[in-house]
Amino acid sequence: MFEGLYKLKEQLRPNFEEGGKLHAFWSLFDGFESFLFTPNTTGKRLGSQIHAGNDSKRTMIYVVLALVPCMLFGMYNVGYQHLLATGQLMGGLTSALFWKAFGFGLLAVLPYILVSYIVGLGIEFTVAQWKHEEIAEGFLVTGFLIPLIVPINTPLWMVAIATAFAVIFAKEVFGGTGYNIFNVALITRAFLFFAYPTHMTGDKAFIRTGSTWGWDGGHTLIDGFSGATPLTQLATGSSADVTFMDMVNGLIPGSVGETCVWAILLGAALLLITRTADWRIMFSIIVTGCITALLFNKFGAADNLVAQYPWYMHLVSGGFLFGAVFMATDPVTAARTDCGKWIYGALIGFMAVVVRVLNPGYPEGMMLAILLGNAVAPLIDWCVVQRNINMRAKRVKA
Amino acid sequence: MALSQKTKETLLGPLNANNPVVVQVLGICSALAVTVQLKPALVMGVAVTIIVAMSNVIISLLRNTIPMRIRIIVQLVVVAALVTLVSEVLKAFAYDVAMQLSVYIGLIITNCILMGRLEAFAMTNKVWDSFLDGLGNGLGYAAILIIVAFFRELFGAGTLLGFRVIPESWYVANGGFYENCGMMMMPAMALIIVGGIIWAHRAINKEEK
Repeated sequence: MFEGLYKLKEQLRPNFEEGGKLHAFWSLFDGFESFLFTPNTTGKRLGSQIHAGNDSKRTMIYVVLALVPCMLFGMYNVGYQHLLATGQLMGGLTSALFWKAFGFGLLAVLPYILVSYIVGLGIEFTVAQWKHEEIAEGFLVTGFLIPLIVPINTPLWMVAIATAFAVIFAKEVFGGTGYNIFNVALITRAFLFFAYPTHMTGDKAFIRTGSTWGWDGGHTLIDGFSGATPLTQLATGSSADVTFMDMVNGLIPGSVGETCVWAILLGAALLLITRTADWRIMFSIIVTGCITALLFNKFGAADNLVAQYPWYMHLVSGGFLFGAVFMATDPVTAARTDCGKWIYGALIGFMAVVVRVLNPGYPEGMMLAILLGNAVAPLIDWCVVQRNINMRAKRVKA
Repeated sequence: MALSQKTKETLLGPLNANNPVVVQVLGICSALAVTVQLKPALVMGVAVTIIVAMSNVIISLLRNTIPMRIRIIVQLVVVAALVTLVSEVLKAFAYDVAMQLSVYIGLIITNCILMGRLEAFAMTNKVWDSFLDGLGNGLGYAAILIIVAFFRELFGAGTLLGFRVIPESWYVANGGFYENCGMMMMPAMALIIVGGIIWAHRAINKEEK
């Protein structure tokens, strides 16, 4: 089958080349060609290797694969929360309801995936065609991340605008894939967060209580339905009503992909085994986040519920783990020196908890913390490299 | 009246090729602060235009008598006097806009465009040319303010000059689908729009590089 595809592609090629009928779509052709057929080399089996057969596309594919558990679970959770809120789970979870939950979530999340890819890739293809450059693979991961980090009730046109904004102003103006200062998916979320705050936080954002494509609407909500995420509950002064294990299992309100710790850990394992993401950053964020939370427990205001939130709860709530595993470790925007990675991670872990505790307006601080980390990552690297240079210079003098 | 080549350049240059905001990147601070709505931006643009033109004329008249060592002080006194005048006039005849602009009218004194034009042009040129230069720069500044404020008010509040452009029935609160973009209300977005204008400007004026 693979051979057949390859032949078909070679047959189609003349149409897209200079002078062909479809030359205007050369970027598209080129993009799909490299997506499907390159790199066609692998590292040698024997001997020592300086450079692996990996290119950026394979790296991206690993990240997308690592995100699949989060995506699948997220879809299920969207449906589960819907059934829960509309009282359909009163009689327990049956096999039929399980598939109904998943189907509902699939239909709810799919449009976000489509919108983010169509808008983002559309812009990338246009820019590549306009600048006569190759299509870069950078949007593969970004486009997959965006549906995972927005609340399920965000209107699609808002996601489209935010994606376009992020791809143009956070990526293309800096020179495209590999040159962006900020994580593009997070800029999408930040834009939504600041532009349409009522759709990004609060009680109505995270659970779809109405219908999806006209399916399964019209239910009345159960008594006492709140729809707030644990962190929102804390920030508004009521204690969170979920246990540690609820958070780990992830059947709680939240952005699509961030709720289930097991799914995130599965993804983290794949990223670490394939060495796509750096363990130093994840480790540093988690440890510093816990330490900061412990410090707040001890020295924070007694009447601030978030300050008194135990460290292990901080770790599993909101987007903390998801951000630490998938967002902060983005090799383009993170610090690159080993020592810098520790500092970068520590800054993010610290800031995430500080924002959560000290700013009740922002129940979740992970997004802002990572963006801040992105902004100072080059500075951290510069300091680390400069210190090395100074140390070596001293050694030469001595 | 046919304008000579030089006059044309003095007056029209700052509107496009030598724009004080998007080419010289001066006066950005107030461009971020007063552009949430179109009306204050318009008033601000007119105020700055009048002040630059008038102070250019006055300094140009005095240019041969001002001692070099205290010229900045003299320029500041002239600008401050004009700013106070404009501020009083606004308070008398357009009180609500004056309140919206608050300190930014007073801060015209520190606007880099003013000191820049006085130092770079009025101190060494004749009165008529200085007047045209001041007019051109003021209008160039006003033009950018108006473009930025247009986008910010349209997408941030759905109005233009206070008149509703995007119908009420489109809004989510009224059962529609639309929502104002809160980002437009933030100074950060003004900077991004100015960046966008600079981008478009450079793309059009390629030979300037």
